[in-house]
Amino acid sequence: MSFVSVRNVWQRYGDRSILERVSVTAEEGEFVSIVGASGCGKSTFLRMLLAEERPYKGEISIEGGATAVEPNRERGVVFQKYSVFPHLTVRDNLMAAEGFQTRFGRLRGAARKEAAARADQMLTRIGLSHVAQQFPASLSGGMQQRLAIGQALTAKPRILLLDEPFGALDPGTRLQMHDFLMELRDETNMTVFMVTHDLEEAFKLGDRVLVFDKPRWDPQDPNVIGATITYDFDARHGGMPHQDILDHFPSLAAG
Amino acid sequence: MRLINMRPARPGAVLLAAVPFVVLLVAYSIASDMRLAANPQDKLLPAPATIAETAQRLFTVPDKRSKEILLWQDTAASLARLLGGVGISAALSLIFGLAIGLLPYARATLSRFVAVLSMVPPLALLPILFIVFGLGELSKVVLIVIGITPFMTRDLAQRVMDIPKEQIVKAQTLGASSWVIAARVALPQVLPRLISNVRLSLGSAWLFLIAAEAVASNVGLGYRIFLVRRYLAMDVILTYVIWITLLAFVIDWLLKTVSRRAFPWMEAGL
Repeated sequence: MSFVSVRNVWQRYGDRSILERVSVTAEEGEFVSIVGASGCGKSTFLRMLLAEERPYKGEISIEGGATAVEPNRERGVVFQKYSVFPHLTVRDNLMAAEGFQTRFGRLRGAARKEAAARADQMLTRIGLSHVAQQFPASLSGGMQQRLAIGQALTAKPRILLLDEPFGALDPGTRLQMHDFLMELRDETNMTVFMVTHDLEEAFKLGDRVLVFDKPRWDPQDPNVIGATITYDFDARHGGMPHQDILDHFPSLAAG
Repeated sequence: MRLINMRPARPGAVLLAAVPFVVLLVAYSIASDMRLAANPQDKLLPAPATIAETAQRLFTVPDKRSKEILLWQDTAASLARLLGGVGISAALSLIFGLAIGLLPYARATLSRFVAVLSMVPPLALLPILFIVFGLGELSKVVLIVIGITPFMTRDLAQRVMDIPKEQIVKAQTLGASSWVIAARVALPQVLPRLISNVRLSLGSAWLFLIAAEAVASNVGLGYRIFLVRRYLAMDVILTYVIWITLLAFVIDWLLKTVSRRAFPWMEAGL
């Protein structure tokens, strides 16, 4: 049984078919990049993984569970923007990741102290200790996205979903964020799905790159056929597969 | 240099701000002088000095019969009605605004109703209110509530819906219930808007208050103005108008200050 399994998923809005016959599985700890042209349904696919939308047909399960009907703590998410709460300080944003699941949405007493200590640890890890008391609006775009990722990870989700997380950042900051994300990933072995427009980013960060596109094109009615996964690249070893084939099949080395 | 790029320097700006006030005062004084020169008994445009005298008397000298200073009594009665009405409206609009903005079922049920309600001219309902709620305090407070709640509710509901969907989804992925999303995500973000709504609707609230007091009351700023109108006591009316303006200004300034102090995150981005 795969960690995340998507079986024969379809999605349509009214008469428009968005996705059809999407089936894919991912193992725990895999980083899956998702690319495709605008309007190809890659963001719809991510929203279905997030359970913000329910598939028209098919199943999406994490560790064999049922298809979720609404977003929950199994799924962490970072959007391109608006991912953090503007009215909470940086530290409170991290503590919200623990407090929001309680009855009144805030922690008290000892639980609060422990959460604050964990939040401070996370602040050090994401390099935002010096702005703990500031509000997100006073942070740069890169810092806000680091906070958003830290907040998502604080909730300890099973899978992390990134919707063009670095799309609004300048190129230098984007490279820093890549390093930051790779480090975090090495530490946590998180399963990640990332939608991006940037092919280079997709191959650099991902273990796999899924390409969404329409397999056929109906000239009379372009909306009738939805997109699906047309390529599933192995992106490890710089996108060149079979570089470690000798490790798996040592016998091939002989000769 | 283009006109749109020319800015007054600091002392100049203060002076410019004073100009319309000074012009108004001078224009009034001249007009008043002209009328008084023609007829010293004229009551329509009392001299500024007469108004100042009257004001001093109104603020300090008690009424002969009741031994109370009427202006302070009027002020207390009017402010209690005004703040009561505005407070109730703010609370109601917050509750309904959050419900309509966050809950699709509440939106489907109430949003049209509130939209229609906000089209009803409140003053046209005044006779009904007097019949139903009597001539006492209740009908005046209810008029203010009916007058400003629908518009505030609509605006707050819109503000709640304007909260980026990403934030609502994010809160769900952190395990927040509908209640927690309302209390910890939506409420804090619309509170500044509530205060600015209150500031905007205070103008209408005063209007409804004075209208209700003018029709049926025995104390209140609006009541007094319409009472002394019969004696053409322009000096009293003008004192009351200036006093009401001053009160409105102070309330507005207080709300602005509270908003700035209480919501530092609003200005963090500026």
